[in-house]
Amino acid sequence: MSWMRLPVAGMIAFLALGIAAARADDDVRERGAYVARTADCEACHTVPGQAPFAGGLEFHLPTGTLYAPNITPDARTGIGRYSEAEFIRAVRQGIRRDGATLYPAMPYPSYARMTDEDLHALYVYFMQGVKPVSHAVVQDGMTWPFSMRWPLAVWRWLFAPNPRDALQQSGARTFPDPLVARGSYLVEGPGHCGACHTPRAVTMQEKALTAVDGTLYLSGGGPVDGWRPVSLRGDNRTGLGRWNEQDIVRFLATGRMPLGAAFGGMTDAIAHGTQHMTPQDQLAIARYLKTLSPLTPMAEGWTYDPTAADALRGGDVSARGARLYVDNCAACHRTDGRAYPTTFPPLAGNPVVMDPTPDSLIRIVLAGNTLRATRQTPSAFVMPGFAARMNDQAVADTVTFIRAAWGNNAPPVSPSDVAAVRRTTTGGAAPASLPLN
Amino acid sequence: MSADARRLRPVDVVIVGGGWAGSIMAKEMTEAGRSVVMLERGADRSTAADGAYPASLDELEANFRYRLFQDLSKNTVTIRNNSQQTALPYRRMSAFLPGEGVGGAGLHWSGVHFRMPPDDLRLRSRVIEKYGRRFIPEGMNLQDYGVTYEELEPFFDKAEKVFGTSGEAYMVDGKVVGNGNVFSPSRSDTFPLPALKDVYTAHLFRKAAAEVGFHPYSLPAANASRQYVNPYGVQMGPCNFCGYCSGYACYMYSKASPNVNILPVLRRHPLFELRPRCHVLRVEKDADGRRATGVTYIDAQGQVFTQPAELVILTAFQFHNVRLMLLSGIGRPYDPVHNEGVVGRNFVYQNVTTSTVWLDPKVETNQYIGAGGGGVAFDDFNSENFDHGPLGFVGGSPVWVNQAGVRAIAAANAGGPPGTPRWGSAWKAGMIDTYRHSLRIDAHGANMAYRDVYLDLDPTWKDAYGQPLLRMTFDWKDNDIRMNRYVVDRIGDVAKAMGARRTHLVRREFGVPFDTRQYQTTHLGGGAVMGEDPQTSALNRYLQSWDVHNVFVIGANAFPQGTGYNPTGMVAALAYWAAHHIRTTYLAQPGPLAG
Repeated sequence: MSWMRLPVAGMIAFLALGIAAARADDDVRERGAYVARTADCEACHTVPGQAPFAGGLEFHLPTGTLYAPNITPDARTGIGRYSEAEFIRAVRQGIRRDGATLYPAMPYPSYARMTDEDLHALYVYFMQGVKPVSHAVVQDGMTWPFSMRWPLAVWRWLFAPNPRDALQQSGARTFPDPLVARGSYLVEGPGHCGACHTPRAVTMQEKALTAVDGTLYLSGGGPVDGWRPVSLRGDNRTGLGRWNEQDIVRFLATGRMPLGAAFGGMTDAIAHGTQHMTPQDQLAIARYLKTLSPLTPMAEGWTYDPTAADALRGGDVSARGARLYVDNCAACHRTDGRAYPTTFPPLAGNPVVMDPTPDSLIRIVLAGNTLRATRQTPSAFVMPGFAARMNDQAVADTVTFIRAAWGNNAPPVSPSDVAAVRRTTTGGAAPASLPLN
Repeated sequence: MSADARRLRPVDVVIVGGGWAGSIMAKEMTEAGRSVVMLERGADRSTAADGAYPASLDELEANFRYRLFQDLSKNTVTIRNNSQQTALPYRRMSAFLPGEGVGGAGLHWSGVHFRMPPDDLRLRSRVIEKYGRRFIPEGMNLQDYGVTYEELEPFFDKAEKVFGTSGEAYMVDGKVVGNGNVFSPSRSDTFPLPALKDVYTAHLFRKAAAEVGFHPYSLPAANASRQYVNPYGVQMGPCNFCGYCSGYACYMYSKASPNVNILPVLRRHPLFELRPRCHVLRVEKDADGRRATGVTYIDAQGQVFTQPAELVILTAFQFHNVRLMLLSGIGRPYDPVHNEGVVGRNFVYQNVTTSTVWLDPKVETNQYIGAGGGGVAFDDFNSENFDHGPLGFVGGSPVWVNQAGVRAIAAANAGGPPGTPRWGSAWKAGMIDTYRHSLRIDAHGANMAYRDVYLDLDPTWKDAYGQPLLRMTFDWKDNDIRMNRYVVDRIGDVAKAMGARRTHLVRREFGVPFDTRQYQTTHLGGGAVMGEDPQTSALNRYLQSWDVHNVFVIGANAFPQGTGYNPTGMVAALAYWAAHHIRTTYLAQPGPLAG
């Protein structure tokens, strides 16, 4: 080897190291981007059509209006000055860089159990992979006393888990297989499914944060933006009892499967989060959810009852709402209620239809719904809203028919139920935001 | 380039027209890694808005105020019957209904989806082989396409799979596989979806036609008989026979359209950009006129832009393609006096008459039900499926019941049988009788190309942008009238077998000129035809301009003469055929694909 070669070889080695380091950085950033998907950060921190993570999305709560903060690495208006420790403290414990407590709209009680590795990657991603956007988000419009931040610290102290304990407890749990363990981590941790799907106490904390906290976990939540999140437990009628693993995987990937279609807030969760997960992670979530026992195991299961379909086929529209159903709904959902899944979702045996709280069903009839395109399913489908066409009585009759027919056997709905939902319904999507297919 | 136009960033491919042909070409070019700008004169469209249920099922808006159709106040054609007359503008929609907006005619169409018969593709050769050269009437410009069925078969197949076409095959790979059309050629695969069910009238027609000895088959329909996912991954809902196809955006997402079947994928492609409300004024050429450099267009704000591109693909409606070629000086304009030149030559229409059959008053024909592409046909008198020798005419006509759904205003307009008053209780009784107990049978015939039937630029009338309108010189010819009359007599045979209470056979009459006031069909063709001889065709067999090699022109303008079938299936197959040759040959080595 000539002396000339040595420094060259050294240089090559140095370059190679540099490239390897850069690649490792890329890997961490990519992993962080993936963690951001699993934690669904974008859905809350992005106004549709505007810069990702620049904040500003409004949350209308009974206590006032919250605005999601800018979490791009902009130093002045974003989180650019956060150290990694400060970032992790904010995500896991809900404590802002200045020490103030975040509103628990930020699901830090769930994020508490996110791993160090995931949070490191998430930090690297936000600092290096997200474009800084200077966007000062308006002050929250919370009404007093909720405008005060200090009581939140008490709330946090009372209800949010200590991250060390949360990690330890989840580490101590045993799972039937590693996939279920991964699913439990995704659902209870970054996925924060319970934030919507678990009932909350009057003091607003989720009544259960993990599967080991009891059967209220994921048993269906209180209204979110007027939608009623369904139970994700094994209940036959009102949960995922009749969904198999592949049904759940399809739903997470595309928002559509043979027993139903996504609506309301889940549309965003799929658009920004679950559709981007690996098939293995989607399967992990499915397998984990299928381990959750029904809340009411003794409840009678759903079986199809052909009586209503036979009556309609025979021209008998004497049942309450039957005529309205035929005229407005049956073109897509059919007189037998089985519809044409996965294009148009079935109403027969649909957990949303049989839910004790009919709000989601009423809201869909009034405002319509857009089943958005996903990576695997480029077609979007739009159900029109009927708010302008049907009065409260007509909607109540129609919904009552849907809830009673085909074995659904769910209680009737009154015009005042409809009126209550109508008051908080803004109508169908504006034409500009309609999908173009 | 125009001096006053703002020059935009160049792209690889500019496509003029956002219908089936444009969407197919855009999809294919983005798959080939080329950047594509698609310019569409009309607005963007959304099933959720244009097909909103149930508000969009508004017959007055859709079929009488032409919601999805061309704005004739901006641009139209002028029409005359012969070159001795002065043409006048077509100011009100009637005889034919050109579309406008993203999806084009592919959004408002009904959905009958055919493959071109092999004999139609080489009709001149076939007629000469069978009957001799002297069988071709004086003045008829009978021509071959320059492409065979075998060559096009993979592209017919692809189009059917993209469209989610419902039908029943007769022969696959030379083996009989089903009860499809016995005259149809062998296929490489069955239809992607089973045939739509027969509505009652189609069922009766099928039975009667078979009794008479004809060979009925289910119309191939781009109305999905079941839910469907096409090769691009888009979903269609199933057709529910609501009867609102033609003129409507399908709220069930079951009628194939570029909007439902291709654009959802295309719109997400980073190499694709759609610009609606952009009206193309002309194709720009370089100094020696041998190469196109892009197109100049005017947007909704009246601003003029030039979009430079390596490849210009014209995919507007048939006559707009021809007009753009004339306005841009691409190809030699046709001269009917000397039968020379090619752009404007062989303009053709379709030769359709509709007969009505009244059945027993106990038979309810339920005409409100329907699917735009559904029905039952027989082809015994289409193409070269029968001996023309003793009949003395060229061309043919499929016969069908294509009950697309008779809506309220249409039913009222149809009124009663001939002789029924147009008002009062007799009118009412006649209309109800017709609506409830009749059915309609079409002779959907071909129209041949003639030397003195052509397109050129009008010397007088101009559009909203100051450019000359296209002028149509068109009339019916005895050969085509004889063909129609022969086939309509066969409808009479079927009506008898159906036990008709009354039959009103509508035949084309000798000496009665083309009447623009009555809707006939929007299946216009020719004017910039494909072929193997640059003296008689504007485009080579790859739909490429003979004169300007980086201009391809896709549409029914390429048909050398009319056909008895609906054109869309052929247009789609030609688009895939041209795209295939652009992708496999032209892009690597731009230049003429045929010598």
